[in-house]
Amino acid sequence: MATRHSRAAARMMMAPAVVLLLGWMLVPLTMTLWFSFRRYLPMRGGDLGWAGFDNYVRFVTSSTFWPSIQATLIIVGGVLVVTVVLGVLLALLLDQPLWGQGIVRILVIAPFFVMPTVSALVWKNMFMDPVNGLFAHLWRFFGAEPVAWMSEASLQSIIMIVSWQWLPFATLILLTAIQSLDREQLEAAEMDGAGPLSRFAHIILPHLSRAVTVVILIQTIFLLSVFAEIFVTTQGSFGTRTLTYLIYQRVLESQNVGLGSAGGVYAIILANIVAIFLMRIVGKNLDA
Amino acid sequence: MARAHAPARKALTTALAWTAGLLIFFPILWTVLTSFKTEAEAIADPPLFLFFDWTLENYAVVQERSDYMRFLWNSTIIAGGSTLLGVLIAVPAAWSMAFVPSKRTKDILLWMLSTKMLPAVGVLYPIYLIFIELGLLDTRVGLTVVVMLINLPIIVWMLYTYFREIPGEILEAARMDGADLRSEILHVLAPMALPGIASTVLLNVILAWNEAFWTLNLTAVDAAPLTAFIASYSSPEGLFFAKLSAASTMAIAPILILGWFSQKQLVRGLTFGAVK
Repeated sequence: MATRHSRAAARMMMAPAVVLLLGWMLVPLTMTLWFSFRRYLPMRGGDLGWAGFDNYVRFVTSSTFWPSIQATLIIVGGVLVVTVVLGVLLALLLDQPLWGQGIVRILVIAPFFVMPTVSALVWKNMFMDPVNGLFAHLWRFFGAEPVAWMSEASLQSIIMIVSWQWLPFATLILLTAIQSLDREQLEAAEMDGAGPLSRFAHIILPHLSRAVTVVILIQTIFLLSVFAEIFVTTQGSFGTRTLTYLIYQRVLESQNVGLGSAGGVYAIILANIVAIFLMRIVGKNLDA
Repeated sequence: MARAHAPARKALTTALAWTAGLLIFFPILWTVLTSFKTEAEAIADPPLFLFFDWTLENYAVVQERSDYMRFLWNSTIIAGGSTLLGVLIAVPAAWSMAFVPSKRTKDILLWMLSTKMLPAVGVLYPIYLIFIELGLLDTRVGLTVVVMLINLPIIVWMLYTYFREIPGEILEAARMDGADLRSEILHVLAPMALPGIASTVLLNVILAWNEAFWTLNLTAVDAAPLTAFIASYSSPEGLFFAKLSAASTMAIAPILILGWFSQKQLVRGLTFGAVK
């Protein structure tokens, strides 16, 4: 149906978006790559020349690197486990017939709309404060010693905060997937005497596998760059310095741009590995 | 067998679901309640739920202390401006990809998506430097453009998945009847595309409103939006739970209400059409 004329018009219409995104991607990326090979210290003499792979080696061999990878993996992994497990359970629950489903949905989805700085500060102070927080009240009520969450259980605290923010996302997507399940198949299985557990394991779970994969991949990409939640709570102390936070500190706080840029290149590679898997799934969906 | 127990079962699932929903919603509810307490009531043990002296004092104090309206204005400009700009750029692109697809359309779409995966921190310094050079640091214009760019892939994708659901035959029929490109877009496409565009706008206003990497790193005073306004409460100063709650409530209320209207679009927008 497309004529040559409309094809030319189509290219013109696409041009602004493509050019802008190309610039947004290429210009800063090239600069990061360039800086990563320079000894670049804006506050201490500026660009001090070529550094080869020095920054790359120093970034990985510094004593902060492996702890930061560990913190990143624990936070991303922890949040994924919590949100996917609770998300599946919640989605199954919300799929059942119940009174006031619309309102429950609204309650469950609300945390997703709370900006990261607000949710982090509300949790940190009003719930996790070791003296005045609600958890401290609760612990004391049961005669237990209140926990200093942000210092003694810092990683768990961050996982809890970030999971609260992402649980709605996981639940909503899994619920959408469950609702597309063929009801007759479930009823047939029930007729054949399959119990709820085996129906879950053999019909619902396989049906959900794709949605779970999508949830995991999309969340991983966002979770790898969790920033504000750490920025307003621990500032990277108590073992919560993730790769993203470490790079931020190198680049803006200690102004070692060369070193930070090398770290940035590592982060970009890491994110791309995850992205490739996501793109495959999305790409397949485009053909369908 | 299942039918006989249906009402009892429904009562049980209702109870469970409401418990879960209220637990998840509780931090927000608690924040809103605390914002109406005095500082002493805010930390009372055992906690006070409804029976305290409701006061609006915290809202007045927060507004006085940090000029909430200015931050609200910045958030509105940045979220609204970036969405409007993004939609203006994305509509033609999504339209052409949906209705005049070529062999490369799929690659272009996937490539656009891949720019969204670029970790922000990896390009923080270059953007920072460019902003200094161009005098854009701590300006609403600069931030609007950056937030637009990080959301542009999502806008294009959402619009594309909506446009693709518009049957091409309708366009052909319009063309047969002698409609030119302009009237085709104006009279045939626009009415059908409007709901999709509206949902895209809604979701992107929310995403832009809550964006908290670039807004924290590229603003100081003049262009700081609500994300930064709240971050200024990160160093505790005496008793401040009630004031923190009031500030938080003011920061999230507008978008929470918008968000509830857009929950259906959320899935499609955030999974790039991979789950519908």
